[in-house]
Amino acid sequence: MSSTMEVQLIAIVVAAACALPGVFLVLRRMAMMSDAISHTVLLGIVLGYFVTRDLASPLLFVGAVATGVLTVSLVEMLTRTNLIKEDAAIGLVFPVLFSIAVILISRYAGNVHLDTDAVLLGELAFAPFDRITWGWLDLPRALLIGSITLVLNLLLIVLLYKELKLATFDVGLAATLGFSPVLVHYGLMTVVSITAVGAFDAVGSILVVALMVAPPAAAYLLTDRLSRMLGLSVVIAVLSAVLGYWFARWFNVAIAGSMAMMTGVAFLLAFLFAPARGIVALGVRRSRQRWEFAQQMLTLHLLNHEGTAEADDECSRNHLSHHLRWQPRFAATVIRLAEQGGLIQCDGMRLMLTDQGRRLAQEASLR
Amino acid sequence: MQPALAITDLTVAYHDKPVLWDVDLEVPASTLMAIVGPNGAGKTTLIKAALGLVRPAAGQTLFYGRPYREQRRLVGYVPQRGSVDWDFPTSVLDVVMMGRYGSLGWFRRPGKAERQHALAALEKVRMADFATRQISQLSGGQQQRVFLARALVQDAQIYFMDEPFQGVDAVTERAIIDLLRDLRANGKTVIVVHHDLQTVPEYFDQVCLINVRRIASGPVAEVFTEANLRATYGGRIAFLGHAEDDEATPSRTEGMLKGVAD
Ligand SMILES: Nc1ncnc2c1ncn2[C@@H]1O[C@H](COP(=O)(O)OP(=O)(O)O)[C@@H](O)[C@H]1O
Ligand SMILES: [Mg+2]
Repeated sequence: MSSTMEVQLIAIVVAAACALPGVFLVLRRMAMMSDAISHTVLLGIVLGYFVTRDLASPLLFVGAVATGVLTVSLVEMLTRTNLIKEDAAIGLVFPVLFSIAVILISRYAGNVHLDTDAVLLGELAFAPFDRITWGWLDLPRALLIGSITLVLNLLLIVLLYKELKLATFDVGLAATLGFSPVLVHYGLMTVVSITAVGAFDAVGSILVVALMVAPPAAAYLLTDRLSRMLGLSVVIAVLSAVLGYWFARWFNVAIAGSMAMMTGVAFLLAFLFAPARGIVALGVRRSRQRWEFAQQMLTLHLLNHEGTAEADDECSRNHLSHHLRWQPRFAATVIRLAEQGGLIQCDGMRLMLTDQGRRLAQEASLR
Repeated sequence: MQPALAITDLTVAYHDKPVLWDVDLEVPASTLMAIVGPNGAGKTTLIKAALGLVRPAAGQTLFYGRPYREQRRLVGYVPQRGSVDWDFPTSVLDVVMMGRYGSLGWFRRPGKAERQHALAALEKVRMADFATRQISQLSGGQQQRVFLARALVQDAQIYFMDEPFQGVDAVTERAIIDLLRDLRANGKTVIVVHHDLQTVPEYFDQVCLINVRRIASGPVAEVFTEANLRATYGGRIAFLGHAEDDEATPSRTEGMLKGVAD
């Protein structure tokens, strides 16, 4: 396998692995927690290294996951005091734990392979050089770890789909039905921590956050079913990763950076063009509603004055804008639309309701 | 006969602020009971404590003589409508099926049987046409009926409903009350947090008046009196035609009640 291919494969599995738990983070309004966890796991790695003096020890991994979960419970402890809100609690806990890690690295581990730039941005381009060979198996370490994480996340979501859905949608019902929401919550946080640890070595913590938050947020705008949101998140994350890779190659810029940027672009596209909830669709709908409502007002006005003495004046094409206090241009457009829609007929200057227009006016007056 | 629900000496505090003080409550089986009291009286907390959602500082709750842990299956819960995120990406049918999750247990997925069950319940609350809708497209009354359908599929013996009539139009209110009567006819017990004092005598057999302490509870005819209402709501209640005489019988209280100022 070429190293180009390997880098892309790593990016794909990591992207998919991050997007899956990210869906639940976004739905639980805990997106910021991914930011905290993906940084504080560094402290666990550093402490694990001090204990083992071995960067390849599995204890580093265990320590990192434990600090991830610790971050969550510290934030919750602070929030429960009711003295500060959750966002502030996250903003307090995560820099503290992260900076302890940074200080420890710069003071005691300066000469070891543990540097803070790599933590933030990863070193995807070099990932193919760090290989694991095991019998016939010869893979980049990041690919193996990423694949294991992905399989684990998939398995968890397939097995606990209903529990995760219930505990995310309605904590109270979950608890009364005997599905401990606390267990589900900490289970999810453990998975997020494992994913963050597994991924940040290769792609850095910034991209981990981007992959956990942006694709689910985009997918949320594109569908109204949880299962499809999960699928779409994975697709968007994978596409962003691959496109980001090629963007970085063509313009010779940082790989993780351009991948993170692509997740932002994907979100922006969904934000603008999502069929039902995008800004564009919303604008179109609002404007259509505005014109429809104006036509309804017109028919109601005509109905109210139909057959009365002042009908000639009230229902005149020229005086309409005066009576309804409409801009002449606006009034002309509404009349044209209503005429095209078969709601009114024009008899010289006089506007008259058609049967269809009368029905619409009657409906409107019932509201 | 054993009561459906027996709460004794229940005290709940958030931090050091007592929200329920030494509450006793007994609910006979096959009755409709209203829980009434001003905002912040602890009505929601009472339900949550009974269901183990908040930990009481003292007291115990028994369902047909046994603790909740052992009787989970017998208890259905309709939370306040505002307690969930209605923008959650899921369908009406899916939400109703959640009521079956308890009998499925961990790991098992809902299947055809659960679907049928949920559809039948939606039929009962006249929401079958909305089965595939996303829940954010529902009106307040429709959301309430979906929650009700979800409770129905739980097939419980005792139901707790937290303000099921909140934001519901008159037609829906009638439909819901008919459903509650059906449940009672089938031997179920329904405990409802209710805000409209005027309809209490018409809708319910029993009433519990609560404001941190339990003021009174029992058959509506006995305990839904002006004196008890005053004790519950303090000065914040208006009675009509109060001039005549002081001995307010329950039936007269009904006609005199004007409403509660929050
Ligand atoms: N999670 C909580 N933490 C702190 N105080 C709470 C909490 N939930 C409710 N309370 C307080 O407990 C009191 C009772 O609340 P609640 O049971 O919701 O009243 P009700 O349902 O009768 O309106 C209120 O004063 C409320 O502010
Ligand atoms: Mg309440």
